[in-house]
Amino acid sequence: MTTRLFTTLIGLLLTLALMTALAFGPVPVSLRELGIWSLHWSPMTLPELPRHIDIVLGDIRLPRVLMGLMIGASLAMAGAAIQGLFRNPLADPGLIGVSSGAALAALAVIVLGNTVLAGFMATFGFLALPFAAFLGALLVTWVIYSIARMTPGGSQVTTLILAGVAITAFSGAVSGLLTYLADDAELRSFTFWSMGSLASVTWRDLAIAAPWMGVSLIGFPLMAGALNVMLMGESVADHLGIDPNRIRRRVFVLTALAVGAGVSVAGMIGFVGLVVPHLVRLALGPDHRALIPLSGLVGAALLVWADILARLLVAPAELPIGIITALLGGPFFLYLLMRQTTEGIQHD
Amino acid sequence: MINVAQLSLSKGGRRLLDSISFQLTPGEVVAVIGANGAGKSSLLKVVSGEWGLQEGELSYDGEPVQGICKQDLAKRRAVMPQASPMSFPFKAWEVVALGRTPFGLNNAKRERAIALDRLELTGTEHLAERHYTALSGGEKQRVQLARVLNQLLSSQAKHRYLFLDECTASLDPSHQHQVFQRVRALTSEGIGVLAIVHDIHLAAQYADRVLILKDGALLDAGPVKSCLTPQAMVEAFALHTHRLSHPEAEWPLLVPRKNPLVAPQPVPFKSADVATG
Repeated sequence: MTTRLFTTLIGLLLTLALMTALAFGPVPVSLRELGIWSLHWSPMTLPELPRHIDIVLGDIRLPRVLMGLMIGASLAMAGAAIQGLFRNPLADPGLIGVSSGAALAALAVIVLGNTVLAGFMATFGFLALPFAAFLGALLVTWVIYSIARMTPGGSQVTTLILAGVAITAFSGAVSGLLTYLADDAELRSFTFWSMGSLASVTWRDLAIAAPWMGVSLIGFPLMAGALNVMLMGESVADHLGIDPNRIRRRVFVLTALAVGAGVSVAGMIGFVGLVVPHLVRLALGPDHRALIPLSGLVGAALLVWADILARLLVAPAELPIGIITALLGGPFFLYLLMRQTTEGIQHD
Repeated sequence: MINVAQLSLSKGGRRLLDSISFQLTPGEVVAVIGANGAGKSSLLKVVSGEWGLQEGELSYDGEPVQGICKQDLAKRRAVMPQASPMSFPFKAWEVVALGRTPFGLNNAKRERAIALDRLELTGTEHLAERHYTALSGGEKQRVQLARVLNQLLSSQAKHRYLFLDECTASLDPSHQHQVFQRVRALTSEGIGVLAIVHDIHLAAQYADRVLILKDGALLDAGPVKSCLTPQAMVEAFALHTHRLSHPEAEWPLLVPRKNPLVAPQPVPFKSADVATG
């Protein structure tokens, strides 16, 4: 498939997702109303919209959709970059424990913010939550990479995933301990952290998280050429004038930014970083110069669609979005594992 | 010219290289031979700039290597690894195109045209559209050679160098010679080659000079003819050989004795008689 055709298809899917996400919900909005609303910044004279439609679209649905776009795009790009760095198509920020590290750090700030971590809260103010999530994500990425480097043969998939399982289990246990210190409201948010949701996203959340994700959305595509070379191994990258240590540090920081910001707003949303780059690679090949930006586009579309399903499947209640992505991603992951064992994809 | 003086290297308390000095001049092929663990790969990694310099001096055309940034170094030298596995299905020509990374990549069409030229140099143009992951070991190595040539030949640097790390180990004899003939041809463009070679005959046929390493130190260095001797084989590999002369060429042929791992008995009188008669 050509890059242009693929981009067009995904663009259509994304536009359709945006329109659906804005139009559907407990308050019905007609296409005509949506059209009028989306043009209300223009100098055209348009009929007045009912006040409640304006509020539902502008204050509730729009920030939620935009957040979904950004989280989907940055998670998918992070997945593509991490897979390239580890030279392994099964690496994913969620699977290797990065998201759970971010979630644990975020939960710690929420529960312990008034006591043990009061100093941290005072220093970083309203940025304390995303910053803690970023640090948690960065720490786990670094630990996983060190473990992968220690094992003979480098980033072996089993080592990575088992280490990820261990870290996820450990973070889960510590999070569980924290819930004993939590009050009721904080406790409810525990489900939110572990399964992810875009339900409560406001413009304020978006304003806090978007700049972090923006950096990763710009940063990842800039790493594309270097990541292509890194696929041939760190020695070859070095021979071609690319410092592998610098690339590794940058990918770590960008991943931690993407995952940390995403988790701090919407909790853990798994499998986006695994499934999306894989699909794009199947369609267009492994060149990161196309893979990373288009993974971003597909990730954005996927997450907005997943959020639509999360809102509509059990309406008027809502599912955590992480359930939807895991329903898609779990079987897909098993399929990848099976394919890998039967075809024996090489790892060095 | 690459100048190596008193180069030493230690890792994890072990001395891997011990005050090695030699020079590599543009236009010559120098073979590095030595037993497993003699320090050949370490030497290549330090001299090619992949590992930092610990002790001694290393300069490229008079510039100390510490002062050359990685990208500049990549414009002056290329390294052909022993094997290059890859778990993502790039096409062969895309792998070759990556060789131009230090020079900044152009649009895909032009990169593809250049890559196809380079593939032709290693006789692999028919593999261009195949997935690299699906190639045989020998095919992969020849595609990698095209990638390395792409890097070297794209450079405008006055002096360029090529490092080969036992890169023909997985090739059949005919392809081994094909690779070394290609490499030999590069010397006419002023490229200096430092090659780790396991096969003594390849070294004898294609190198101008040899460096013989033993236990991290330089046992001997010099022209092929005077260095590749049965005596050197015993010292470097504990291998006992006969030196034969090639029917058509100058270079020495060192053929393992009937029992090459044991020192031969003193020659009995009779056979000496036969030899003189």
